[in-house]
Amino acid sequence: MAIILDHINYIYDADTSMAHAALKDVSLQIPDGQFIGLIGHTGSGKSTLIQHMNGLVSPTSGAVYFDGKDINDPDFNKKDLRAKVGLVFQYPEHQLFEIDCFTDVCFGPKNLGLSKKEIELRAYEALKQVGLPDEYFYQSPFDLSGGQKRRVAIAGVIAMKPDVLILDEPTAGLDPKGRDEILGLIKNLHDTMGITVILVSHSMEDVADYVDRIIVMNKGEVAFDGEPKAVFSHYEELEAIGLAAPQVTYVMQELRKAGFPVDTEATTIMEAADEIMRIM
Amino acid sequence: MLRDITLGQYYQTDSIIHRLDPRVKISGTLLFLVSLFIVDNFIGYLIAALFLVMAIKLSRVPLKFIFKGMKAIYLLLLITMIFNLLLTPGTPIFTIWKIKITIEGIKTAVMMGVRLVFLITGSSIMTLTTTPNQLTDGLEKLLNPMKKLHVPVHEIAMMMSIALRFIPILLEETDKIMKAQMARGADFESGSLINRAKSLIPLLVPLFISAFRRANDLAMAMEARCYRGGEGRTKMKPLVYRKRDAIAYIVIAGYLVLCIVFGKILF
Repeated sequence: MAIILDHINYIYDADTSMAHAALKDVSLQIPDGQFIGLIGHTGSGKSTLIQHMNGLVSPTSGAVYFDGKDINDPDFNKKDLRAKVGLVFQYPEHQLFEIDCFTDVCFGPKNLGLSKKEIELRAYEALKQVGLPDEYFYQSPFDLSGGQKRRVAIAGVIAMKPDVLILDEPTAGLDPKGRDEILGLIKNLHDTMGITVILVSHSMEDVADYVDRIIVMNKGEVAFDGEPKAVFSHYEELEAIGLAAPQVTYVMQELRKAGFPVDTEATTIMEAADEIMRIM
Repeated sequence: MLRDITLGQYYQTDSIIHRLDPRVKISGTLLFLVSLFIVDNFIGYLIAALFLVMAIKLSRVPLKFIFKGMKAIYLLLLITMIFNLLLTPGTPIFTIWKIKITIEGIKTAVMMGVRLVFLITGSSIMTLTTTPNQLTDGLEKLLNPMKKLHVPVHEIAMMMSIALRFIPILLEETDKIMKAQMARGADFESGSLINRAKSLIPLLVPLFISAFRRANDLAMAMEARCYRGGEGRTKMKPLVYRKRDAIAYIVIAGYLVLCIVFGKILF
């Protein structure tokens, strides 16, 4: 079920005076089961990129393959694709519309044409997976807190049982506790369901603890693509494009400069702590 | 998809028309529209065409942009012309089955067509050279005397500028919600009419909620800055007539006189 992006270009407002390229020659391979962080500054093209992956946006040139098939082929069934590549938009709680949370989560599976029993089963399962307390199931989604609303919205996509789950800035506007909860929840989904997860963010700090691959976008191009350790070793270049490596990287680099023989590859606080303990 | 729609299409450049006071442009456009209904002969239309060409030239807006607005009305234009062509009584030139084509019919059809094209072109020059904010400012100032009749002029102008400001925001929002629901398997394009109307619920409910939320936020922000309507309110850039505005008024008046003299009375 791998996704392959082959030399994608995308131009906004083509053939007007406002034309500008949002994506320039982007080629990527998304194999099964990876947990990927897609990082970039505002306007770097990350949101446009993920919309290519489930066919909401078609590239100006280049091709997107899902499971070996060109998704922009006229015969390709995009509805099936969208069930397999689940996309959670930024501020997904703004798309809630039903009278209660449970019915709202049913919307996705219902569009897949499943039986009533299967729909309700999936909705229930999804709401459980996102950890929404039972007493909220039959409440209006508009009465919930921001964090809970977001859980319901994410459940709405999970209920379609996608093979690939893409989340656009799922922690935007949440407090630190809510952020950790949502990220922990996504990590848990990845581990228990074995699905591919692409986490879009502008903060390295957010994703460093969770992902096994980081793709950095800058001005519509892929700037770096690799394991977190490898990407963070370019911390100076990252700063030049307006991003920053996690603070741990800076601490380790400073320690190294000050003459301590630490390994600068530690990316999480736990790793760094172990490393410092080791040399002491 | 939706972002391709342009409304209140201002064309950014610097020209004498752009710099004119919006009041001049509003009243000038109105008078031009009136003049189109005064004239009813060839010379009158020629004068109007010359005036229009002069305005376009002075505005430095590329012709392409001016005729873009024409696309929206071309169906209306076609229907108007066909109806006038077929339904005007008079001396028939030729008859096909039950349809009579008359000289008068051809004449009115052409006249109506030209009139409509001029009408749209004339008003697009105004919208292309004036920002929505300038337009509402101008309108407010022009309607000021109506305050005596207890017409809430300032409030109307404020509502207009807020409405105009929110059009692109809501369009963008619609696009976003549409995509989000499509990602959940929603289908807005196929199915029977009833199904398609039903499929709009997941789009309309979030859109209304978002519109109310934005309205609420805006009201709060205005309140926080002590906004309380037009009473005693001053402007950062008050509209002041300059020499060029006076000249423009004279030119418009001259044009109107020419129209009346040549387009109506003499022939």
